[in-house]
Amino acid sequence: MKYCQEDARIVSKNKITSDVFDFVISCSQSAALAQPGQFVNILADGFTLRRPISICEIGQGTLRLVMQVRGDGTARIAEKNVGDRLDIVAPLGHGFEIDRSKRAVLVGGGIGAPPLLELSKRFDACTAILGFRSADAMILQNDFEKNCETVITTDDGSAGICGFVTQPLEEMLRSGRADVVLSCGPTPMLRNVAGLCKKYGTPCQVSMEQRMACGVGACLVCACKTKSGMRHVCKNGPVFDAAEVKWDEQA
Amino acid sequence: MNRLKTVICGVEFKNPVIAASGSYGFGREYNEFYPISEIGGISCKGTTLEPRDGNAPPRVAETPCGMLNAVGLQNPGVRHFVEKEVPWIKEQGTVCIANIAGNAVEDYAEAAAVVNDSAVDMVELNVSCPNVKHGGMQFGTTCAALSEVVCAVRKNLAKPLIVKLSPNVTDITELARAAADSGADALSLINTLLGMRIDIRTRRPVLRNNMGGFSGNAVFPVAVRMVWQVKNAVNIPVIGMGGITDYKQAVEMMMAGADAIQVGTANFTDPFAMPKIINGLQRYCEDNGIGNIGEIVGTVRAW
Repeated sequence: MKYCQEDARIVSKNKITSDVFDFVISCSQSAALAQPGQFVNILADGFTLRRPISICEIGQGTLRLVMQVRGDGTARIAEKNVGDRLDIVAPLGHGFEIDRSKRAVLVGGGIGAPPLLELSKRFDACTAILGFRSADAMILQNDFEKNCETVITTDDGSAGICGFVTQPLEEMLRSGRADVVLSCGPTPMLRNVAGLCKKYGTPCQVSMEQRMACGVGACLVCACKTKSGMRHVCKNGPVFDAAEVKWDEQA
Repeated sequence: MNRLKTVICGVEFKNPVIAASGSYGFGREYNEFYPISEIGGISCKGTTLEPRDGNAPPRVAETPCGMLNAVGLQNPGVRHFVEKEVPWIKEQGTVCIANIAGNAVEDYAEAAAVVNDSAVDMVELNVSCPNVKHGGMQFGTTCAALSEVVCAVRKNLAKPLIVKLSPNVTDITELARAAADSGADALSLINTLLGMRIDIRTRRPVLRNNMGGFSGNAVFPVAVRMVWQVKNAVNIPVIGMGGITDYKQAVEMMMAGADAIQVGTANFTDPFAMPKIINGLQRYCEDNGIGNIGEIVGTVRAW
């Protein structure tokens, strides 16, 4: 079995910013199969399409999901409380490739930070560079700091370095302190991260986002154009080799 | 007693519940949830003579009680389908229906010739895809174009031929008669309704293709109405689909005139939608003393 449908119970719930919720759900089958970078497809009551949410941490029989309310479907999921059930299909997709001896740099933008947290425990040495709009949108800083060196950037300078994640990333790449880069965030950020890694010849894996339906690779809606042809974020991804992605054809 | 056994055009289905084209790929992904041998059959992802990349994303949008899609017939081409997918589906033990589409009448005819030499059990002609610029729906919205493509395919195809009708027409019974008169052995309906959503912040259509095919539970009453109209207009089997999410709706669709049903969008909401519908139909037959589900087909007592 690669994935399953499971009736998960919400173990804890915290609101960590104005629109980001931190859930831990009990789901023994999915948790046993889950790998960093995979996602959970959650049924929002009354909606036709499930909402794909990345896995933030993998526990003993539990998964931690840190999700942002983006629209009506995610808002419905965020209404759920401790003890409530979530109908999930998980774990889905192809996650990150991990070689723990490599010096990794994890680059997260906004709600792209959560899927990198599990990774931060899986390398002997790694640095996280996390970019946010502003200090009040910052998430998971303390969690990352427990596991690895953590650099924060904000667009407005209200926390950490004023600017984008690409500034500290380029310093690390230029000084040869990165063997591999693993990244998740908005597509424009991923495009820039991929461009820098290409410039310095550093392997880079990116976790892409796209609207989905089935979540398992049957319906073909979550298309991602790559150099080896059309691929799908739910099955071939969400994690792709950045060198494979056709960046000029990503919206 | 096999209460759900259904025969359409000489092809035996263990139950009348078929996966709708485009929602279920070639069955491999859903075989992780349950053995796909449990379902009556698969109408495979639409295939074309040559491989296609499909449309740019986003290709999907949520709607009240439904969704829009604009995949644009992405598929690996009919030869790949016949060589790599059909043998696997037949090994699993379910009915394999090829769904073929094209840009031109010749493409349909040639693709039909390729699947005719395969282990495919039946062919469903997709003349109603709303998501491609050329081909697709244009063949399914006028009687003359529909007759031409059905006749051309018929010449190259000895296997049973199902024509999948578009609901985006004024009078679907005219198209149903045209297909039947041109050699269709059965009809399936409805394909998706043409729809559109707009993001009010960006004033952009949600779909990169602007318009897309509307499906899901919201379209169910439209589908029931059209199946009922078509059943009364032709004397060939009808396969009903459009928004079916549970066994009660499957029963309703069969009472309207469907000899079998297809399930598409419901698979996304619940990957076990089809096994649940099959179990529900089994219980329905047992509880109501129905020896075979075929007994309810077309039994609506219209006013």
